[in-house]
Amino acid sequence: MTLEVRIGKLRLKNPVMAASGTFGPEYGELVDINKLGAYIAKTITLNERVGNPPPRVVDTPSGMLNAIGLENKGLDDFVKNKLPKLKNIKIPIIASIAGVNAAEFGKLAKVLSRTERIAAIEINLSCPNAPYSPRGRRACPNVQHGKRDFLIAQNESATRQIVEAARKAASLTIIAKLSPNVTDITRIAKAAEEAGADAVSLINTFIGMAVDIETKRPVLGNVTGGLSGPAIKPIALRMVRETYEKVKIPIIGIGGIMDYKDAVEFILCGASAIQVGTANFVNPRASIEIIEGVKKYMAKHKISGIKELTGALRK
Amino acid sequence: MRQLNCKIIENKKVAQRFYKMRIEAPYIARKAQAGQFVEVKCSCGTDPLLRRPLGVHRVLKNEIELLYKAVGRGTELLSKKEKGQALDVIGPLGDGFTLPGPPVSGPMPIILIAGGIGAAPLVALAESLAFSAKRIAYRKKQKTYVLIGAKTKSHILCESEFKKIGCEVKVSTEDGSKGKKCLATELLEDLLNIIRYPLNAAIYACGPVGMLKVVAKIAEWRKLPCQVSLEERMACGVGVCLGCPVKMKGNKYKMVCKDGPVFDAKEIAW
Ligand SMILES: Cc1cc2nc3c(=O)[nH]c(=O)nc-3n(C[C@H](O)[C@H](O)[C@H](O)COP(=O)(O)OP(=O)(O)OC[C@H]3O[C@@H](n4cnc5c(N)ncnc54)[C@H](O)[C@@H]3O)c2cc1C
Ligand SMILES: Cc1cc2nc3c(=O)[nH]c(=O)nc-3n(C[C@H](O)[C@H](O)[C@H](O)COP(=O)(O)O)c2cc1C
Ligand code: FES
Repeated sequence: MTLEVRIGKLRLKNPVMAASGTFGPEYGELVDINKLGAYIAKTITLNERVGNPPPRVVDTPSGMLNAIGLENKGLDDFVKNKLPKLKNIKIPIIASIAGVNAAEFGKLAKVLSRTERIAAIEINLSCPNAPYSPRGRRACPNVQHGKRDFLIAQNESATRQIVEAARKAASLTIIAKLSPNVTDITRIAKAAEEAGADAVSLINTFIGMAVDIETKRPVLGNVTGGLSGPAIKPIALRMVRETYEKVKIPIIGIGGIMDYKDAVEFILCGASAIQVGTANFVNPRASIEIIEGVKKYMAKHKISGIKELTGALRK
Repeated sequence: MRQLNCKIIENKKVAQRFYKMRIEAPYIARKAQAGQFVEVKCSCGTDPLLRRPLGVHRVLKNEIELLYKAVGRGTELLSKKEKGQALDVIGPLGDGFTLPGPPVSGPMPIILIAGGIGAAPLVALAESLAFSAKRIAYRKKQKTYVLIGAKTKSHILCESEFKKIGCEVKVSTEDGSKGKKCLATELLEDLLNIIRYPLNAAIYACGPVGMLKVVAKIAEWRKLPCQVSLEERMACGVGVCLGCPVKMKGNKYKMVCKDGPVFDAKEIAW
């Protein structure tokens, strides 16, 4: 029996990864990070971003909202200061990138593909808190603008353009991370596949909000935030299943995975691997327990490899 | 830090809506510094989903005490836990209070100022100050004052604890039901006007942000060192999610969980 999976050129010893923005070396005191399949770093942008005003997080029934606003110190700091501090992490490190236009994504992808420790790139097309800046809008002419800020992953041609730019700039495995805030996620997944993505990961968070009735104000400093956690799992599963029927590239399932049962559900729906996000905050050992649980499940059901399980949902 | 399953030794009501919980946690008791906190899983299920941060109130041998106010779903659930049950705790977390160094000359008045539940971590601080006074010569002459502000008499917390430690305690209430009828910050002004060696004073504060802001201003005005313990909503508690920012001077955020919860009052963009 093996837990090994392949995503593009990436070979993972097991299908369990830590999702972007929800895990870091700080957890090293609590869990053995090197047991995971891979670690996806917090999304970085070309230049520093200060992030949103507080409050940035609040919990909701069986979930949480976050509006971090992509706080990060930018590409240079990531390469010069953050990566060297990850030297104890022996598993593949996947960089997550976001930008305001194709040129920025291209530049990020190019620099990171020449950076030794980076094993793959996840393109964050879906962060609801960092919409295209006005400047970025002009730089991406194919896109229709409504009144509300939009996300790249809400538009097929914008998705295609960004993935192509990253593809051209980097020979590493490229994963396109999709947003669930769309009417038909399979069309966006298809656009990413056609533009050369090696895999898609879904889903990022749902845009939501919370209200404090005493102050009559939104709870989050940014008004809206991204919903994650167990509350979103059923929708994420449905989206993974739909996408599995439409694209050939591997799917990485994300959304409310708390234990091995959730992970197996995603794999049955068509995921080749999974990411654990919010669960890390609740139980930092969640990923490790999921790996153990999946192993036991496979043994019990006499399954020799993850591939056998992927998409094995019965009609 | 460690993630531990701790046995609840005691969980009792100490005042209306205020509870004290004692848990068995030898590791945390050994490591914890005054001002550090723990992240507690209040529910067994997913509502509330996230852990709740609570300051270390007292460190005992093999045990720690938490003092908390039931204000919402998480802390309500916590108040219903019974002795003997297990509690999932991560800690100790964050950077605690830094004890003052030697004064240039003369004795050093140390002033702890607590608003409401803010008294909780200051008890740990008073205890570690008292402990260090036994060993460090220049601390023998220091005197610790504690100023407690509360809405009303029944909300005054930890008065007897502070007295037992040997602190001089002054109390104020907003309704005048005990002590002076004023805010704790007024007690601070009063005290600084009457004590000897006010220029040697060091201030430590924990409470509502409005109070901390005024304390910081008083300290800045008088050029006194001042450390404040802040609160913010948290998710991870260890610095990975960037969910608990506090704005610093220079338009930069720091994380309350990792860079704090105790900060130098001068650095914060109040
Ligand atoms: C470092 C730190 C140490 C703390 N130490 C203590 C302590 O020793 N004793 C104690 O009683 N409380 C302490 N708190 C506050 C405590 O964490 C909150 O009261 C608790 O999280 C509320 O959870 P709840 O589910 O009961 O309330 P919720 O239903 O989540 O919220 C109820 C109310 O509490 C407020 N609130 C929620 N989360 C926080 C938070 N993290 N900080 C401040 N206010 C919040 C909300 O604005 C809301 O008005 C501390 C907070 C921090 C950040
Ligand atoms: C606090 C927080 C920060 C996040 N930051 C990022 C990020 O920087 N980039 C990204 O692609 N996704 C980010 N996400 C989304 C997660 O990676 C994940 O897609 C989402 O939370 C759904 O999975 P979950 O329900 O397991 O958390 C963040 C989520 C949370 C809760
Ligand atoms: S709570 Fe996650 S960074 Fe502070």
